[in-house]
Amino acid sequence: MTPRHAAAPSEPSTSAPTTSEPTTSAPSTSAPTTITSGSERGESRIGTLPPLPTWNPLSLWYSDGWTVTKRNLIKIKRSPDMLVFAVIQPIMFVLLFSQVYGGAIAVAGSDYTQFLMAGIFAQTVVFGATFSGAAMALDLKEGIIDRFRSLPMNASAVLIGRTNGDLVLNTISMVIMMATGLAVGWRVTSSPLEFLAGVGLLLLFGYAFSWVMALLGMSVKSPEVINNASFLVLFPLTFVSNAFVPIETLPTVLRVFAEWNPVSSLVQAVRQLFGNLGTAPVPDIWTMQNPILTVLGGITVMLLVFVPLCIRKFASISSR
Amino acid sequence: MIIEAQGLTKTYQSKSGPVHALAGLDLQVPRGTVKALLGPNGAGKTTVVKMLTTLIRPDAGTAVIDGIDVVRDPKLVRRIIGVSGQYAAVDENLTGFENLEMVGRLYHLGGAAARKRAQELIDLFELTAAGNRPVKGFSGGMRRRIDLAGALVINPKVLFLDEPTTGLDPRSRIALWDVIKRLVADGTTVLLTTQYLEEADQLADDIVVIDDGRVIAEGTSDHLKAQIGGHRLVVALVDAADSPAAQDILARYGSGSPSVSTDGRGVDVAVTDGPSALQNVLADLRAAQINLHDAGMRRPTLDDVFLKLTGHKADAGVPDDSADDSEDGGPKLSKRAQAKRAQARAANTDTADLETVK
Repeated sequence: MTPRHAAAPSEPSTSAPTTSEPTTSAPSTSAPTTITSGSERGESRIGTLPPLPTWNPLSLWYSDGWTVTKRNLIKIKRSPDMLVFAVIQPIMFVLLFSQVYGGAIAVAGSDYTQFLMAGIFAQTVVFGATFSGAAMALDLKEGIIDRFRSLPMNASAVLIGRTNGDLVLNTISMVIMMATGLAVGWRVTSSPLEFLAGVGLLLLFGYAFSWVMALLGMSVKSPEVINNASFLVLFPLTFVSNAFVPIETLPTVLRVFAEWNPVSSLVQAVRQLFGNLGTAPVPDIWTMQNPILTVLGGITVMLLVFVPLCIRKFASISSR
Repeated sequence: MIIEAQGLTKTYQSKSGPVHALAGLDLQVPRGTVKALLGPNGAGKTTVVKMLTTLIRPDAGTAVIDGIDVVRDPKLVRRIIGVSGQYAAVDENLTGFENLEMVGRLYHLGGAAARKRAQELIDLFELTAAGNRPVKGFSGGMRRRIDLAGALVINPKVLFLDEPTTGLDPRSRIALWDVIKRLVADGTTVLLTTQYLEEADQLADDIVVIDDGRVIAEGTSDHLKAQIGGHRLVVALVDAADSPAAQDILARYGSGSPSVSTDGRGVDVAVTDGPSALQNVLADLRAAQINLHDAGMRRPTLDDVFLKLTGHKADAGVPDDSADDSEDGGPKLSKRAQAKRAQARAANTDTADLETVK
């Protein structure tokens, strides 16, 4: 990638200010303008084009990201199966766990429904991130990534648009789940501010995890592989945690994994912020004692590691 | 020259050793002309297009488009090119209009201009009926047209068409040819890859024949045909039992030995002086009391050229899922493509002759 945005306020129409361009690129300064004035053979190009507007790099980046986000939102709107999955699955999980396991699993200091909901929320945002993986794999296979990569757009825009799409889908799922939870007796006992902080933490975690799955999606050989690959990651992460059972009940090896599992911290943080902790004792581990800090740290690390990795991967992939 | 490439090389590693997708390929395309890259599966056509359109980097060699180096300044190159790939790269969930608008926005035309341009292309490509329905419901030919329209959003200086009609039915193919011919008449520089010899013949000013990652012949369609000599004399026999006798007669007047179709009824041979050879052959056949269904002369086709140049036929009709391609999928696929080609070589004596007599 060339460092083209360096101090060039009207970037697309003048590439001359770009730093350290080799001399061979000199003719390109006129490239975008010739588009408007037609070819050397003159008048008869296919249709007419308006002049290119001028953009600064930041609005360019924003515009590209938003354009791709919009594409993914239209996709959500037009693929009922995706929406159904995003809506039905959380309802199913809430009902299944609260009604089926609720009677059998005893939780100290709380009833199972109060205990369960934070776990279901966390599970849903983590599962929601798989859309990014599957969608990247599919776009790659169908050549849409090739199309994007042959356009002069910002390299991160496709990934930003993709992960934004997941965020919207996760938000929809979250609203549905909360309504279902309320219907089966779940209650938030904290302040509105703490409640919002909890929701924010869940969505942020899901967003960061989308980047992890996007990288996976770009690395597998076919879209069919991605579902299996994601389940290998998702099931241990969500089930070997405190999401559905108290952590103390697990055998030692699994318990240690669960205590350091970022999903456990997320669940613990959300329980705390929603006022669903009850009187159960909190495990004497730093990650469980300071769940909010742990989750914020985890989110930061995921973004710092996977955003650059994804962008680098994106710049070298091509169909088949 | 608007496209100038020298020594393009790409090697993929596979378990059975390195696979040379491109082995030092040179290419020049003059401004305002149409150049066809012609070759069988796995020849390296798609790899060339992907390099020139900045999707993959060459291991060695240089490529310059309109004075811009594709490796050093990919973003500048992307502003002056349009690409339409082997598989129509359109979003199924978007309408034709939305697809084109999105591409326009990503070329940074701005919202209003992108919409105006999208509408213009919808009208030009006669997609009006389909403009406002999701692409999902469209036929293959329609998708290709939207994809092609997407490549034209900015009136690119160079248009890349990677197997534009692969997988289309004959009618859609001819319809798409018409669209491409219109573009070509407008003076757009086009680099086209194809495994259909007829397509190269129809659309291109110049043809580059590539095989195993290198150029094996180059020139106009006529020039290439001339390389394998003048006319071919063709007879179709009523009775296959006459075949050996007929071959003897054709061999008398032809240059080189005659080839025979699998059923033995079709015999043909290259000739230098077509008309008099035909007269002589017909006279001799009559004297030998051999009955004919048909007899005549034909100009050599590009199929003949290919057979001559590579020793195997261009196996058209099979999609190009070949060595070309991503670091991940490359080697394995290329092995498959090679196997496929070996198979085609083995079968080639049969199929070649069937073809020529028809």
